[in-house]
Amino acid sequence: MVQPDSATGGQLDALLRRQGSKPALRFMTCGSVDDGKSTLIGRLLYDSQMLLDDQLQRLQSDSRAYGTTGDDFDFALLLDGLQAEREQGITIDVAYRFFATERRRFIVADTPGHEQYTRNMATGASTADLAVVLVDARKGVVTQTRRHTNILGLFGIRHVLLAVNKMDLVAFDAERFAAIVTEFSSLARRLGIDHVTCVPVSAAGGDNIFSVSQRMPWYDGPTIMDHLETVEVSGDRIDRPFRLPVQWVNRSHDGFRGYCGRVAGGSIAVGDPVTVYPSGQKSRVAALLTAAGKSPRVQAGQSITVLLADEIDVGRGDVLASGVPLVATRLSAHLLWLDEQPMMPGSSYLMRCGTRDVGATISALDHRIDIDSLEQLDATTLALNDIGCAQLSLDQPLVCDVYRDSREMGGFILIDRFSHRTAAAGMIDRALRRAADLPWQQIEITKSVRARLKAQRPCVLWFTGLSGAGKSTIANLVDKRLFAVGRHCYLLDGDNLRHGLNHDLGFGDDDRRENMRRTAEVAKLFVDAGLIVLVALISPFRRDRDMVRASLGPDEFVEIHVATPLTECERRDPKGHYRRAHAGDLAGFTGVDSPYEPPEKADLVLDTMTFSAEQAADQVIAFLRAGRYI
Amino acid sequence: MVESQPLEIASPEAGANTPSCRSAQGDWRHAASGAPITAHLRHLEDESIFLLREVAALFAKPVLLYSIGKDSSVLLHLAMKAFHPGRLPFPLLHVDTGWKFREMIAFRDQRVRELGVDLIVHVNREGMNLQIDPSLNPALHTDVMKTEALKQAIGVHGFDAAIGGARRDEEMSRAKERIFSHRSALHRWDPRHQRPELWNLFNTLLSPGESMRVFPLSNWTEADVWHYIYLENIPIVPLYLAAERPVVERDGQLIMVDDERLTLRPGETVCRRSVRFRTLGCYPLTGAVLSSAASLPEIIVETLSSRSSERRGRLIDGEKSASMEKKKEEGYF
Repeated sequence: MVQPDSATGGQLDALLRRQGSKPALRFMTCGSVDDGKSTLIGRLLYDSQMLLDDQLQRLQSDSRAYGTTGDDFDFALLLDGLQAEREQGITIDVAYRFFATERRRFIVADTPGHEQYTRNMATGASTADLAVVLVDARKGVVTQTRRHTNILGLFGIRHVLLAVNKMDLVAFDAERFAAIVTEFSSLARRLGIDHVTCVPVSAAGGDNIFSVSQRMPWYDGPTIMDHLETVEVSGDRIDRPFRLPVQWVNRSHDGFRGYCGRVAGGSIAVGDPVTVYPSGQKSRVAALLTAAGKSPRVQAGQSITVLLADEIDVGRGDVLASGVPLVATRLSAHLLWLDEQPMMPGSSYLMRCGTRDVGATISALDHRIDIDSLEQLDATTLALNDIGCAQLSLDQPLVCDVYRDSREMGGFILIDRFSHRTAAAGMIDRALRRAADLPWQQIEITKSVRARLKAQRPCVLWFTGLSGAGKSTIANLVDKRLFAVGRHCYLLDGDNLRHGLNHDLGFGDDDRRENMRRTAEVAKLFVDAGLIVLVALISPFRRDRDMVRASLGPDEFVEIHVATPLTECERRDPKGHYRRAHAGDLAGFTGVDSPYEPPEKADLVLDTMTFSAEQAADQVIAFLRAGRYI
Repeated sequence: MVESQPLEIASPEAGANTPSCRSAQGDWRHAASGAPITAHLRHLEDESIFLLREVAALFAKPVLLYSIGKDSSVLLHLAMKAFHPGRLPFPLLHVDTGWKFREMIAFRDQRVRELGVDLIVHVNREGMNLQIDPSLNPALHTDVMKTEALKQAIGVHGFDAAIGGARRDEEMSRAKERIFSHRSALHRWDPRHQRPELWNLFNTLLSPGESMRVFPLSNWTEADVWHYIYLENIPIVPLYLAAERPVVERDGQLIMVDDERLTLRPGETVCRRSVRFRTLGCYPLTGAVLSSAASLPEIIVETLSSRSSERRGRLIDGEKSASMEKKKEEGYF
């Protein structure tokens, strides 16, 4: 690295100091259309001198072309970056802008005011620490103000800055301001928003934005910028119990195995005990890796890799925790409906919470919340932008916390399995312990109905080949990839089945046949349940495999020959079986003293001499896609 | 399976298993600049690493779009951290238009060698045969050699997620784009119907042929990128640093004469000026700025006191404010 000369070095140090010792304040602006949100942000950018010459030039020419403010800059044009927005003079989608002052850095999300774009406003709210709510001093608190404030409350935003805008148009009337403050404060209180600061402003004129307005001497509170620069929003994320939703298992050379994720809450140190949920297995933290290298302790917000002291089974979707999280299969939650397609009671959605995907059925809708009165109304469905409280039944246990305690562990989305649209944002209120409510609709549940629910074509991927050919390795990789893209699959591994289901069977021809028959029957049941079943079994006899094929529906049996030659299998000998067979310790071992009959017309042949296991897994996935199984 | 003891792994003597600077993919973590990294940058770093891991976990065949520029350098550095000490779970893809600065290609090949990562270089061969001169026809060149080429590469390799280094502070339509940005089977972006993006939860479901563009640096600014490069000592193409280079003045921009293919227009003369580049692309379309900033600290100081935005040096973005949105709708990155 070239060392800076002292003059540059001094300047650089000053600039780095300006970077600040804390992360940027993330805030959003919301409020009804035309209340002046974009104008306010444009003014903040302009006054903090974040606009560069070419941007100012462009703003000037755009103001002439599209502007609504005569010869002045139309600051809204800085934010409304989409062509349609500029043409229609409205904000459609949330825009993110960055600016900094001497005291703090900011990321601001400008969110749309129109009701039809509420989902984009929710996008901004979900990551904001603070919200600036604008109201037009002439109009006061209107329906859209209430809707947005309600969403702020729902999303757990604890800091709200109410900017009563266009004070110039009400002659800077102190009483008008006071009346709006009273009405808004009572609304915020009902919604559980703790910290409300109210400022009278004129965004266009710059009053009380950066500098104190001379036109409202009766107001002695902070300006918008004073408040934004000094407000303390850091929550108690670090003091909470430790939570790490596992994102990714890092397995690399020489048996390294680390669990990667971003700490959702709390902190943990090397040596501390942790529990893996939902399995409940316990271990200790052996080492912690952060972006900066090894670390004795990590805390909420950090992306880390954990090494555990014990060899236990952990995968994506599991949660490492200290203290007990909720492990639930039934939940009560608030939902904000985001899809034009209304909620379908009794239908199943894909639910994504933390790093876990589960199937979720809305088993009951408790009520809908009326935006104006905040009353709870009876309802049978939720339409676009509706807020309601519902009960969800999950198809597998979910490790979570209530949203009030943790955005990261208590927020979720519901995805429509067919349209792939995000149907709802959800906030967990509590876990339900009784399986009291049945789904609303009873339907005849057939194989095809089950498959449709899973958005896949069930089948058996039958991996046949010699011992040591790589069947289990490849099947495992395929299993993980399918799981990672939300497919429902299950791996039946010949070796593992011999510990349980087939533990009473030996290796004689009859026992081998029985071993296969049982495995095939289990696979058949799973296909009937709509799963993609992966079977890794030597299955040496052609006739037996053909029997399995015949017992399944057309295209349901996919015969995959892992065609590693015997010499190579003997060379790899991962379990030492060949060595023992040749030594005479294993009788009837396939390839040594028992025949292997390769498939004559395999659906897929995997050449492990040319391709790696990863590449072979790619080929299987490509086959499944081409055959429209997934 | 043989697993070594995690407690041994944590000890500094455990050789290749040690969570140290040296990974399976070469030495990517150079000596730090000495200055402590700020909490602000740490936060951005943690967020980007989280996003990169989500891509690896949620897609069947992701790829990292490596354009050789400073943002790509940061992206690659973050990816190496995200999967350390393992290998990158995706390859790099460079869409080569045939008109990149020679120093960029040399830098690319050197980085790939040093890090031991997989690189796919894609060139639109049919497009190459059209022999489009970027100086004469910049829009067509970009469309054929960049946009079309990218679509081809994604199609040919079956990538379902392409990770890019775009930032929201770069340009107005990017300020509106999601971190996980959906593309139709025709690679189109539909800005009016973006999926809501709530908390850290991304709707990554795709139908056949559809794909996702993912921007882990969305929340970084140009200043953040430079600070991070400085503090982490990340290698960058020397073109970012000022040096005497042969340039011609053309349409108010300084264009470097990188090879003999640049045809001089009447009245143009090549002269040597001390210049550097704020962004890197095809050399006939990338304007240089006059500068004497020959070290990173000088660049940072100059950048932060500059009065023009970085994309100004891109001839292709200039025509009208919404031109990037239009290009993105058509499949430009």
